[in-house]
This record gives sequence, structure tokens and C-alpha cells, in this order.
Amino acid sequence: MTAPSAPPQRAQLHDRRGPREGALAQSHVSVIPARGALVRSATRRKGTSVVRQSFTSDDSTSSPSATRSASDGVPPGVNGSNSVERTNPAPTARQDLTGEVHPGGEALERKPPEKRPARARLPLLCTLFGAGLLVSVVCGVALGPTGIPFGKTVELLYQALRGGVVPAEDAGIYYIIWDVRLPRVLLAAVVGAGLSTVGVATQAMVRNALADPFVLGISSGASVGASAVALYGILGALGLYALSTAAFLGALAATSLVYLVARTSNGLTPLRLILTGTAMSYGFSAVTTLLIFQSPKGNAAESVMFWLLGSLGGVTWRSLPVAAVVVCCGIGYLLLSGERLNALAMGDETATTLGVDPAGFRRELFVLAAAVTGVLVAVSGAVGFVGLMLPHLVRLLVGADHRRVLVLAPLAGAVFLVWTDVLARTVAAPEQLPLGVITAAIGVPCFLLLMRRRGTTLGGR
Amino acid sequence: MDLELNEVAVSAAGKRLIEDVGLRVPSGGLVGLVGPNGSGKSSTLRCVYRTLRPERGSIRLGGRELAAMSLRESARLTAALTQESQAEFDFTVTEVVEMGLTPHRGSEADRGGYDPAGALRAVDCEHLAERGFLTLSGGEKQRVLIARALVQRPELLVLDEPTNHLDIRHQLEVLSLVRRLGITTLTALHDLNLAAAWCDHVHVLSRGRVVAGGPPSEVLTPETVGAVFGVRAHVVEHPETNAPQLLFAPAETTKK
Repeated sequence: MTAPSAPPQRAQLHDRRGPREGALAQSHVSVIPARGALVRSATRRKGTSVVRQSFTSDDSTSSPSATRSASDGVPPGVNGSNSVERTNPAPTARQDLTGEVHPGGEALERKPPEKRPARARLPLLCTLFGAGLLVSVVCGVALGPTGIPFGKTVELLYQALRGGVVPAEDAGIYYIIWDVRLPRVLLAAVVGAGLSTVGVATQAMVRNALADPFVLGISSGASVGASAVALYGILGALGLYALSTAAFLGALAATSLVYLVARTSNGLTPLRLILTGTAMSYGFSAVTTLLIFQSPKGNAAESVMFWLLGSLGGVTWRSLPVAAVVVCCGIGYLLLSGERLNALAMGDETATTLGVDPAGFRRELFVLAAAVTGVLVAVSGAVGFVGLMLPHLVRLLVGADHRRVLVLAPLAGAVFLVWTDVLARTVAAPEQLPLGVITAAIGVPCFLLLMRRRGTTLGGR
Repeated sequence: MDLELNEVAVSAAGKRLIEDVGLRVPSGGLVGLVGPNGSGKSSTLRCVYRTLRPERGSIRLGGRELAAMSLRESARLTAALTQESQAEFDFTVTEVVEMGLTPHRGSEADRGGYDPAGALRAVDCEHLAERGFLTLSGGEKQRVLIARALVQRPELLVLDEPTNHLDIRHQLEVLSLVRRLGITTLTALHDLNLAAAWCDHVHVLSRGRVVAGGPPSEVLTPETVGAVFGVRAHVVEHPETNAPQLLFAPAETTKK
């Protein structure tokens, strides 16, 4: 799955342009990689969009087993003493709890067609976003400083996937498509999907809709590790992987510290987790700042800043496998936990009474969020906004139920970040902008607009 | 399924919340807990629905030790209405009610009992099905949560102030519903008259201990109420239902 001749690698932070396409266009392509396993793992995500529990169906006819038998304990006085409650609309006159009589059970049978927009919309939205993701990936590959016609892009991608032959004159373009753009676009999709999904999990975990994956101190911890590598050459022995490794270790150290400090005898409590994470983030940011100012390198601040705001410059196929596998596992696990997330979001006591151990589940979520976000931060820097806003956008579309949110969130996040990255490398070409700038520029107005239109009780009333 | 508490004690943050609490709810019975604020009603209930772990004593549900069951196992038997509320995630009413199925997920055994729509009908909330839970009034929320408890198909209902926020009609209807369901129920109640009218047995808690227990007419006497709540109470008989009713006056008021 790796390209035969890897483009010149740069692990330096200040590599803002990524591999130079002009230079690459001249390199030769002799062997065409067979179907990339990674490509399939990315498109396969479409398949996860079916997880809709059968009981959410609109069918409201109840089972005839009705209720438990009416008790003989007749209440002393009060109207309802002789009313019989059934879940099955009986064809006889029926007296309900309110004491009103519905002749022939008419009131029950003459049900107006119910609007269930949030539920009914999910399959459609998933199809749209799934198709949108495919189109986005193709567009993401076609668009860039070196414009490539769509037809050519599709054809070359198809040839690449089936292991076909590319005419010699297209070799340069093929190289750009396969070795420069495609891994980058796919990684954008993976990062977007991961951050968006982990954002959903984090918000449920701390029961706060204003939380994002970085609230656990992950990004600031990673930045300490990354700056140490970039500015002082720590972990030099690891070569290309020094930066990612250091960022991941930094994230891991930070989250472990947050976990240990936030822990109480009752496990992790939401508020304490947020406050600890926030406080620690300030601490780690201070360390990063200190590293920058003490650095012997002149452009230190700029390069670290660029990394902090997120960038996919310099991505190759090698960045993909770990991130893709971790994100897919994370999404899979969360898709199976939708119901438990709902219970947790209702409160710890409620979760307990529904058979979900809040402390244990929160611990699982914490580890998952730390691992996924740590890996993503290591490959792409700290891309802000995605993990905070995309869960909200998805909730505006399909409602709060995590069983639906978690199906759409990865797709929406992937589409969003693919386009963000396209903009990041085209808007100011040949310079690249940090992803964080674009995510904020697109996301904030879009989010505000949706919020106003829906008039929801977002973030409490 | 009957519930039995024996010498249960629990502390939190170094403070003893309840001490030596013992009571029994017979199968199908409706038993009330009354007492002043901070007397340990909610703590007792929390031990039963397992958000507090008793330090001492035993809680048995249907003869089985609660502590020996998994959380999921006990959640299939026990549904609870807690005082907790969250205001971050705008679930619809139907989604909230469906959460009652959570402990049963994966065990497709007997699916009798209420489905979400039927449960909403039972608490007179069908019309709210697609509303956002956060947009409901306090009383509507309370009824929806009761519907969720019904969907859970419990053998034991634990209710913490189920009549909180409800108007008088819905107070009576909720208790009437609980009565008719015939599920073993342990409920904390603020309103002594509701307790007197609806409960088979009432246990009075004061400073974490059970100070009286038995049929309402024997327990809710002027002496007990006076000692525990610090008010003067008169007991009269309800002209229609014959249930004991209490009339209150502040302790310091002198008779005219």
C-alpha cells in the first residue's frame, strides 16, 4: 500500500507547503500500486450507517400483552378507581386516566400522521453524506495548486484502484494524485470523522455540550511534546516519527495527569473533569510558551503555532494506517454504545438505574477519547472546532439521540474536514493556511445560522 | 417481588446519612417514606437503586442480595424515578421513554409489558411524544419519567417524590396509576396526606433512622408528626374515603 517512491519526507514543523507538487510531477511512476487497503477501509465506513434500532420505528401499535393485571388494591376514593388501563386500543368505549371517555376508542385510532423529522431523516442524510464523502474525496484530489480535470482524476483513481495502467504522459499527474493528494484527503476524512465522533463522546462523557475532545488537555499536552521535538530536536533517533511520537506521548502524559487529578472516590465526575482539564491546559500551554521563548531557533513561535492550528501538509500514506485503524475502532465502539451514551447524558443516577455504571463507562470513554484524539493530534496537529461544533450540527439535523448522532457524525466530520483542507491549500496557494483558521471561518457562521433557524434549546435554556 | 432492608447504614463524605434502617415492602405493596428534609429518605432510596453503596446491612430483592447482582440485572428488576435533571441534551420525549429499554437490550426474552407509546398513554402524555423533553413543564417531565419507568417493566418501583411539580389532579392520578399497576413500590413522599391516603405502610425517618413504621393510621399520629416535624397536627377522617388526614399548625401557635 505504500507508494514505490515516497516523496521527500519532512518531519519539520515549518514545512508549510507539504511536498512540492511541481517537483514531484517530474518524478517517474513505474509501478502502480494495487488496490489500496486503506482506500477500502475509508469507503467501507458507509456500511456503518444502518444501525437504527428497530424499536425506533414509528409503529405505535402496542403489544396485546397489555399491562400487568390491574391491581385489586383499589385506591381510596379519587376518580380513577374503576378505570382500566390498557395499552391496546380496545374497540369499546374506553376511559383513560383523565377520566375522559373515548367512544369506540376513536381518539386512539384516529391518529394524525405523525411528523418525526429527526428520525425519518437519518437514512436520507446518511446517503447524502456518504455520497457527499465520495464526491468530496474526488474533488479533494482534483482541486489544488495544480488543477487536475475531474474526469482525469476519476479515471486515474479508478486505474489505481484496479491496478491498471497509466499512460506515460499522465505519470506526473498520477503521482500527484496518488502520492500527494489522496493520502492527504483520506487523512483529512479520517481526522474529521474521528474528531467529530470523539467530540460527541466527550460531550456526553462530561455532560456538557460545550466540551470538545481537547478539553481533556490533549492538545496542549501534545503541543508540549511537539515543541520539544521541533525546537530542541528531542527524540531525534526516531527520525520522521519523532514529531508524531512526541505529540502522542505528550497527549498521553497530559490526559493521564488530568485523569489522576480529576479522579475521586466516585470515579470521574463531569465538572471536575472539565475544570481539571481546563486548568491543566493552561499549565501545558505555559510550558509550550516557555519552550518557544527559550528556543535557540528564530522562527520557533511561528512553526509551533502553525502546527498547533492543525495542518495536513507533508502527509503520506505512512501517516494513514494507524490513524485510520484507531479512528475506525473508536467509531465502532461508540456505535455500539449509543444507548449507554444516552443514559449517561441523562445523568449518573439515571444511568445507574438503567443498568449503566457511570464511573466505569466514563472511564472507558476517557481512554477512548484520549487514545483517538492523541493519535489524531499526532498526525494533524490540533484542529479546533471540528470536535466542538460538528456534534452540534449533527444534533440539529437528527436530534440528540446518540444512536443516530453517532451514525452521521463521522460522515459529516469527514466531509467537513476534506473541504476544509481543500480550502486550506487553495485559498492562499501556494501558501497553506492552518486548518484551524478555515474550520473557524466556515464553521462559526454556519453553526450560528443553523442554531437560529432551529431555535433549539441548545446548551440549555 | 418483595424488598427488604436490614440495618442499612451509609455515609458520604464522612457524614453518616442513614443508620440502621430496616423496612420491608411486601410484594405488590405500596410503602411510603416520610420525614423532614435531610432525614435520609433519598439516601435510603439511593441505596435501593444503587447509586449509594451501603456500608452495612443488607438489601434483598425477591430474597436475593442486591449487592450480589450486576447493575444491569438489578436494573431489569428495579426502575427508579430520581430527583436528577439535566439540561444539556434535548432528547425527545419518545427517546427519553425508550431509554427504559436499555437494561433489557440484548436479552430478547419476554417482551411483555409497556411499549413506549403505551407507557406514554398510561401517563396521559401521548400528545407530548415528539416534544423536546427540555421544553416540558416540571409535571410533564415527571410523568414522562414515570412512563420510562413503566417501559423498564420493573418488579420494583422506587420513586423519589413522584408527585413533585405535579398539580393536584396529576398527583392523585400518578399515585392511582402506581396503585393500579400493582408493582411493588417504595416511594418517598413529602405530602403526609398523600402518604396517609395511598400507602399500605408508612415509615417515618428522622435524622437517618426509622422512628416509626406501620399502617398510616397507626404511624401518622399527632405525637409522631409533632416530634419528627416540629409542627402540631390534628388527625381527621376523610369524609369520603375514611383515610386519615392531617391538619397542621405551627408548633408555637397557641390555641384560640
